[in-house]
Amino acid sequence: MTRTRFALTGTSEQDTKPTTTSSRGEGGGTVMRIIVPLQGVVQGRGGLFLGSVIPCALFYFLQLYLKRHRSAPSTPPPPPKDAAASYPPSSSEGQLPEVSVLTRSFSRIHPSPKSPGGPAYVSSRVSLVLKGGDSPYDIGLRKVSEDPYHEAGNPDGVIQLGLAENKLSLDLVRDWLAENAREAMLGGGRSGEELNIDGIASYQPFDGLMELKVAVAEFMSQVMEKAVSFNPSQIVLTAGATPAIEILSFCLADTGNAFLVPTPYYPCFDRDVKWRAGVEIIPVPCRSGDNFSLSITALDRAFNQAKKRGTKVRGIIISNPSNPVGNLLNRETLYGLLDFAREKNIHIVSNEIFAGSTHGNKEFVSMAEIIDLEDFDRNRVHIVYGLSKDLSLPGFRVGVIYSFNENVLAAAKKLTRFSSISAPSQRLLISMLSDAKFIQQFIDINRGRLRGMYVKFVAGLKQLGIECIESNGGFYCWADMRGLIRSYSEKGELELWDKLLNVAKVNVTPGSCCHCIEPGWFRFCFTTLTEKDIPVVMERIRKISETCKYPS
Amino acid sequence: MQKRLHYLQDKLVMAIEIEQPSAHVGLSKVAVSDTHGEDSPYFAGWKAYDENPYDELSNPSGVIQMGLAENQVSFDLLEEYLEKHAEASSWGKGVSGFRENALFQDYHGLQSFRKAMASFMEQIRGGRAKFDSERVVLTAGATAANELLTFILADPGDALLVPTPYYPGFDRDLRWRTGVKIVPIHCHSSNNFQITPQALEAAYNDAEAMNIKVRGVLITNPSNPLGATIQRSTLEEILDFVTRKNIHLVSDEIYSGSVFSSSEFISVAEVLEARQYKDSERVHIVYSLSKDLGLPGFRVGTIYSYNDKVVTTARRMSSFTLISSQTQHLLASMLSDKKFTENYIKTNRERLRKRYEMIIEGLRSSGIECLKGNAGLFCWMNLSPLLQNQTREGELALWNPMLHEVKLNISPGSSCHCSEPGWFRVCFANMSEQTLQVALKRIQNFMEQIRERDGNLVISSQ
Repeated sequence: MTRTRFALTGTSEQDTKPTTTSSRGEGGGTVMRIIVPLQGVVQGRGGLFLGSVIPCALFYFLQLYLKRHRSAPSTPPPPPKDAAASYPPSSSEGQLPEVSVLTRSFSRIHPSPKSPGGPAYVSSRVSLVLKGGDSPYDIGLRKVSEDPYHEAGNPDGVIQLGLAENKLSLDLVRDWLAENAREAMLGGGRSGEELNIDGIASYQPFDGLMELKVAVAEFMSQVMEKAVSFNPSQIVLTAGATPAIEILSFCLADTGNAFLVPTPYYPCFDRDVKWRAGVEIIPVPCRSGDNFSLSITALDRAFNQAKKRGTKVRGIIISNPSNPVGNLLNRETLYGLLDFAREKNIHIVSNEIFAGSTHGNKEFVSMAEIIDLEDFDRNRVHIVYGLSKDLSLPGFRVGVIYSFNENVLAAAKKLTRFSSISAPSQRLLISMLSDAKFIQQFIDINRGRLRGMYVKFVAGLKQLGIECIESNGGFYCWADMRGLIRSYSEKGELELWDKLLNVAKVNVTPGSCCHCIEPGWFRFCFTTLTEKDIPVVMERIRKISETCKYPS
Repeated sequence: MQKRLHYLQDKLVMAIEIEQPSAHVGLSKVAVSDTHGEDSPYFAGWKAYDENPYDELSNPSGVIQMGLAENQVSFDLLEEYLEKHAEASSWGKGVSGFRENALFQDYHGLQSFRKAMASFMEQIRGGRAKFDSERVVLTAGATAANELLTFILADPGDALLVPTPYYPGFDRDLRWRTGVKIVPIHCHSSNNFQITPQALEAAYNDAEAMNIKVRGVLITNPSNPLGATIQRSTLEEILDFVTRKNIHLVSDEIYSGSVFSSSEFISVAEVLEARQYKDSERVHIVYSLSKDLGLPGFRVGTIYSYNDKVVTTARRMSSFTLISSQTQHLLASMLSDKKFTENYIKTNRERLRKRYEMIIEGLRSSGIECLKGNAGLFCWMNLSPLLQNQTREGELALWNPMLHEVKLNISPGSSCHCSEPGWFRVCFANMSEQTLQVALKRIQNFMEQIRERDGNLVISSQ
């Protein structure tokens, strides 16, 4: 998934204030401190008069004073200490050509003295994006990039377990690309054809080439073990699952409306749904007692609470397989969801981006399959998919909206102009996805490796006394570390997180980032590792856990 | 039962009517609005082209597309480069570069690519302005860049001031999802449609009168549809204006590499440099490779901002519109190759200039004058003397036969919000020279017919 830096580090930048009120804000408070006592001191009708005039006069002079002495800051704004420094984040190959810089300083060739009137207004979204301190999610990523673990080159570095990138089967993709990429993209080469960019240079349909839609539909069907087939004409392609979610947010809800989302959930949903589309997320808590599975009762409760508050719920977003827990939703739950959605007349967005990364014994059932089997109201169901997880190609930016609703498809198609997939990449992928032999091989081998890794990792944690919720898909273990936190609270959880990051030097995602209501749960991604790394990770965690055994 | 796979013809979706679905689950206002503008004549013409596209051999009487600003004149240079430099488009085994390219996708983009973009932008401006790769934010096209900037600089209900005539796509890109309004800065043929301080003030006042907060001015330089660069003095005036009003300036310089003569383009970056970057935080530049490199399919755009907050915010929000890392890798080496880019820029300019002269000459010999242009992939043609009525309807009454009889898809000025009817944008770079000649011939015939019809028609020259 694309990493998000949620906020600036404590920055010395001023908050942007609209210029017209920048001084009044300060003046007002001061004035009240003068008026009120003054009105007490000077009493009676004359007092009333004086009590009004004097403060007003004082206020007037105060404003005058402030105006004259408003400082025109002449120092250029300090460069934002953006978590930007942290990239590339996750290679275990030591220093990469893209060297990370600790603090990215913006160029001194543009030292820009601020205008005396204060900065020009920027939208309220800016503070939303920049606000607060860094989230643990950000900090963790940064630490990894500053000091990435490498078996040989940097054995004491920070090990990345916080980012869902599948490195397990990268060699397969790399080999294919080494053999085929150039020809796939540009033509020419071996067959003696002339190199031709006509097909990829010009404007293409914004929602993707039909050939790619056909190939993706086939791929989706394949990874879901042919339980369902996908119609290419119901596919809208876009530059990643991130814009896919955002586009659906724009289509299904107005600003200020809300989606119900079971917790714990993928941290970046907050960004995808809220930043620009302005849609709220209402968390629907799931509990360890139920293995964090979704209950319709909880959904109903959350829906009613929202209604009472006057918030209009427009849909539910589920992830199946889920992130971070790795649950698969069973048929019963899916039917239940459909019934619920119909009863409340809302949409369902089913994020199935890990559908091909199942590794357990349970059956994966796509929403599409349920819809196919019964005569449900299809217009409210939309599936999100992408190639970042199942095909290990997050860099290429391929996301899918699959909908049964003609109007949503029509609107989404138009919106893809803002997030289209690059044509040469489309060509390349058409070729790759059409290589049936390679794809089947990839899917099988990848699944095997995922399973192997998962089993080993979970076993390793178990030896440390750390249990995980049984996961059947995805790249994560959802680990119960409640026994290791000092206090059963978010604070306790973050203390442990901090120890893990800064002492054990392992970057994991604390459950609070995923809005888990029970503290002490942590998300470990195991696909960024090799088998040799597992004992290293476990040893580091063991050392920490020795120091964390608190009497319950 | 499972649906059968149903393969539809992949066409650009035109003029879609969005109705509320009969299955009663509602959609958002954004989904049902028509702000996408695809019902306007601008797009209707494309539909006609789609249904009956001209082809030299197989369909010589089809519609010639002159409404699409695409640059096809320099493809051979790109192909030659890619031929010679296989490493750009491939990954050798053992090349450590691969991991970064496929796995790596961070909203910063490949550093090498950002550097290449910055360097390319500098070269286009003849080295007269410096660009810092740290301020380059990558987006999937200039469309996304303009929308993203609008999300950042304005709240729903606020406005941007945009000089007319302007690119019809702005109505959609700046307004649709953002909820931001466009208040036009009216420009007139009397001074070659240049932006004047009076027009700026008037637009600002128009907004105020409607109780709308203005957050910035958005200019396109070189201008689309005018095909002309903005003069330095005008840029200075615009900068002074936005400074006075304490608002932003977005300069869409997407055609900067398509100026026929290098010396004639002044970027706002140069003006800022001359002012020692005083008060530059309100300025943001949009660029893209779609026009200058003729690669709209690659979806490569960028926001260059002198404002740190805007850079940081834009970067984070670019998660919604990232460029494929493979494309970045492919282009990074090409754009860093100074020898290649210098030659490309020079040659591309020259070819565009020749095309421009060809079309101007051809039109002139048919008795049609255009605005004096010096940039871009189109010319701004004046057919107002031919209008029966000097109104929008009159203009469309001329555009219709142009499309359906003469079979040329040109863009009517009204879809560009031009305040004077009768102007049309005609693209010349998205076809071969032969096709252009065919189009000019058709225009010539058309004009002869009109002359016969109208007797002594005086076509005044601008």
